[in-house]
Amino acid sequence: MELVFSLLRQLRDSIRDLAPVVLVIGFFQLVVIRQPLPDALALGDLILGLVFVVIGLTLFIKGLELGLFPLGEGLAKAFVQKGSLSWLLLFAFALGFGSTVAEPALIAVAARASEVVSQGGLIPSSLAAQQAFATTLRMVVALSVGTAVVVGVIRIFNGWPLHLMIISGYILVLVLTFIAPSEIIGIAYDSGGVTTSTITVPLVTALGVGLASAIKGRNPMLDGFGLIAFASVMPIIFVLLFGIFGLGLVTGDH
Amino acid sequence: MGLAEIFWNTLRDILPIIAIIFGFQYLVIRKKIKHLLQVLTGFFMVWVGLSFFLVGLENALFPMGELMATQLTDGAFLPAMAEGAQRHWSDYYWVYFFAFTIGASTTIAEPSLIAVSIKAGEISGGTIDPLMLRISVALGMAFGITLGAWRIVMGWPLQWFVLGAYILVIVQTLRSPRAIIPLAFDSGGVTTSTITVPIIAALGLGLASTIPGRSPLMDGFGMIALACLFPIITVMGYAQLAQWRANRQRSEVNGTSAVSEE
Repeated sequence: MELVFSLLRQLRDSIRDLAPVVLVIGFFQLVVIRQPLPDALALGDLILGLVFVVIGLTLFIKGLELGLFPLGEGLAKAFVQKGSLSWLLLFAFALGFGSTVAEPALIAVAARASEVVSQGGLIPSSLAAQQAFATTLRMVVALSVGTAVVVGVIRIFNGWPLHLMIISGYILVLVLTFIAPSEIIGIAYDSGGVTTSTITVPLVTALGVGLASAIKGRNPMLDGFGLIAFASVMPIIFVLLFGIFGLGLVTGDH
Repeated sequence: MGLAEIFWNTLRDILPIIAIIFGFQYLVIRKKIKHLLQVLTGFFMVWVGLSFFLVGLENALFPMGELMATQLTDGAFLPAMAEGAQRHWSDYYWVYFFAFTIGASTTIAEPSLIAVSIKAGEISGGTIDPLMLRISVALGMAFGITLGAWRIVMGWPLQWFVLGAYILVIVQTLRSPRAIIPLAFDSGGVTTSTITVPIIAALGLGLASTIPGRSPLMDGFGMIALACLFPIITVMGYAQLAQWRANRQRSEVNGTSAVSEE
């Protein structure tokens, strides 16, 4: 019974999340554009799709709260207490990697990027090539988030200042931008923002705050956050590197 | 893609995190999971929910974003222009207005942002007003998306804009109160939710494919990147302003002695 109520609460939250999008687009359609929908788009299909979005998001977030989040937080605590740095780092990497692979926004945007890249002639226009590109892109981003969390955990241990490391990351991004093929730059920059959403943020923040409260002399506010900041710079670096070294492997020409 | 295929694909997407969590739990930590049934129900809901969400995304969110981009850049919708003339960037004013509205409206009521801003207000001891912080993030997000739309219209390289934003962020980082920095950096990530990202991505790709002379591959991406960067700038800007005001108030209350001490 309690589950039903919490599901209904989450349903309300999901509707509230979607409402601004629907209201703004509805306003523009009715007041500004005032055109009938194109034939390819039926209003019924759109509404049905939005219902799917709301139901899907509700189940997804509630499911995360029931299963993944408590387990992930419990594990983060257990690994902090275990006192073994190598296990902690391995866990941090796996957590960043695994949560990014399941990130909905990344799945959606990678699929769209692969279509665009194949229309642009960068990869063959077969469905198999598109899927290979999308999967590779997601794996590169997932590896980068795993690495970012490891770097972030090492930073919390050593108390290195966050801003100096972020600034170095920015400089690296800018240097790589000059070398990388121009087709990959937009995708690389966007991949930084795509990764940090529904699953990754709560899990990674839990790890960071848990770690910062367990280590003496660390302030959870100052040191606990900031893992997300790494997780949004590192993907840019990794995808640019992928554009420089790995794109040939996917496109088939070496 | 059929529903069965989507379900199969999302199962593959969530398998790594399931394997990692259960692997570490049973093989390394070796503790029993409390409420195992509840946990398994949760994972099942994640699977079904993710599948539904992705179907809805393909059928509603992406098409809506693309439709807006197509309609707002349609020749019949834009102001009339002389034969053979080049379109001026200001003709696309509805595009900018739409980009700004969608950015601001989706961010201002974002639950995770509300939670973070209340926490930040408590920690700052009153110098940071939670509502003002939320407004700063929303304005940053809205400005980032609008700038991203304008960049697509102009066809200028994304890296110029990102370089400019990076320089601003770096300069501000060196001058901002230290406690706000992690919060500011995280606010960039917090705003890009699972619903906003697909809409923005579709809008950008749609604009790049309908505006003459632009290509989706070269110009269509980058709005998400800018939408993540500008909240960092506005949050640090607000923190600097709040600190400056607090300092000024303190020196007014204490009279000239406080000023001479500084």
